[in-house]
Amino acid sequence: MIPRCFQIQASDNVATLIDDAVAGAVQISGAGRGDVVALEAISRGHKVALADIAPNEAVVKFGVRIGHATQFIKRGAWVHLHNLASDLDERSGTLDIHSGAPTDTASAYV
Amino acid sequence: MSDLSAQSWTGYLRPDGRKGIRNLVLVIYTVECAQHVAHAIGANEEDVHVIGFPGCYDNAYAIRLMLALARHPNVGAVLSVGLGCEYTQPEKLAEVARQSGRPAEWFFIQQSGGTKSSVAKGKEIVSKLREEIRKSTPRVSMTLADLTVGCECGGSDGTSGLAGNPTVGAFFDLLVDAGGRAVFEETVEMIGLREHMLSRSANATARQQLADAYDKAERYCRSVRQWSVSPGNFAGGLTTIEEKSLGAFAKGGTRPIQGVIRVAEPPRGPGLWILDSVPDDHFMQFGYTNPNDTEGIMDLISAGSQIVLFVTGRGSVIGSPIAPLIKVTGNSATFRAMEEDMDFDAGRVLAGDLTLARAGRELAEMVIRVAAGEPSKPERLGHREYFIMYKHQNTPSLTEGCRA
Repeated sequence: MIPRCFQIQASDNVATLIDDAVAGAVQISGAGRGDVVALEAISRGHKVALADIAPNEAVVKFGVRIGHATQFIKRGAWVHLHNLASDLDERSGTLDIHSGAPTDTASAYV
Repeated sequence: MSDLSAQSWTGYLRPDGRKGIRNLVLVIYTVECAQHVAHAIGANEEDVHVIGFPGCYDNAYAIRLMLALARHPNVGAVLSVGLGCEYTQPEKLAEVARQSGRPAEWFFIQQSGGTKSSVAKGKEIVSKLREEIRKSTPRVSMTLADLTVGCECGGSDGTSGLAGNPTVGAFFDLLVDAGGRAVFEETVEMIGLREHMLSRSANATARQQLADAYDKAERYCRSVRQWSVSPGNFAGGLTTIEEKSLGAFAKGGTRPIQGVIRVAEPPRGPGLWILDSVPDDHFMQFGYTNPNDTEGIMDLISAGSQIVLFVTGRGSVIGSPIAPLIKVTGNSATFRAMEEDMDFDAGRVLAGDLTLARAGRELAEMVIRVAAGEPSKPERLGHREYFIMYKHQNTPSLTEGCRA
């Protein structure tokens, strides 16, 4: 079965994976239609870019800005800590990209 | 389809006119030193729940919180137990509970001969109190209009904002339309949504209260340099606090927000309310706001919530004393993996098996069944986690001291 992602608002430039996806076609449901080709494996709950997003451009979900791109994001790319940053929270950029575990308190674990 | 607002069940009428869905004896300890004895008193006792405050130095916020729980609609009687040398006064807690019309007793362990004799004494008291409230509490018909329902989310993932919280939002709309009270909190998870939130105000007063609560929450996060997102949230696919906030705010449904209440305050009328649990910013540089999910759930119960909904995408195994916790997940895989703990699978909305409106209605029907006496899963499993901490709300200015 083709994995699915859910686009909440028509103006969103990201969608949330409902199934785990490998690189390849992902079906868009919700406010969007058609397919997006995932450029890499993306886990359920994570986001895929529905459009090319330039550095510093707004990432939009729920029709609302959820932060800004920190590098060029291609349509189909996994959107997460490595290419999207909060406008407020500077700590999230230091977290492990896969586990979300903190890296800035490593010195306390001795 | 039957009208939800007409569905009724039988509850317990308290002397202050509030209506409860459980008839409990609450044991309260007033310092960590009395914790073991209090829990031993409550062990293997039907309809006896235990809460307490660990600190020896008293705290006005914690006292107000415990008194709100002692006078909660689901509580019929109170036993407070102290060690004997702490600041918080068990006698005064019992006295205030008694003034509310509830039978209440208290004792100091130091005056009761140690662990075994204190436990025996406490068990004798709770069994007498339980018998008394079972015999004498008037039964009363209740509908959704008599309910206050709180909602907290924790262990969120990408599905919480897509299905779990929106399902609660759909239920909250039904509850508000039926004349009930809906309360949600975690203003630190409304960060990034100032204008969006203010646009939901019922009136100018509510708008000002929401603006003040939002601005304080943002000052708090900036000052502690910690935003309300956890490693599990990131691993689950959430990337920014703004994204998490939007998902969290979805539990508020679509009805106007009537205003902001603080911890231990009931809503001032029917409708949708936001509970502000963030500490005052002029005292001790805030302290901590929501250290864990259980703390927020206790705050919602202190607002008089007879039932609390807990939305979790990644899964959680907590429960709550006093008010049953109903666990909702927007992640069907989590529901299947942890079905022994999960009450409601809102992931069916994402699979296209259920509309959001239908999910909200199904959740309303579950709330009514639990209100009518069916135990929720955490309740059946015996989960009664609580967390009452030092915090400062409604304190006077620094120069006036901290005893308010």
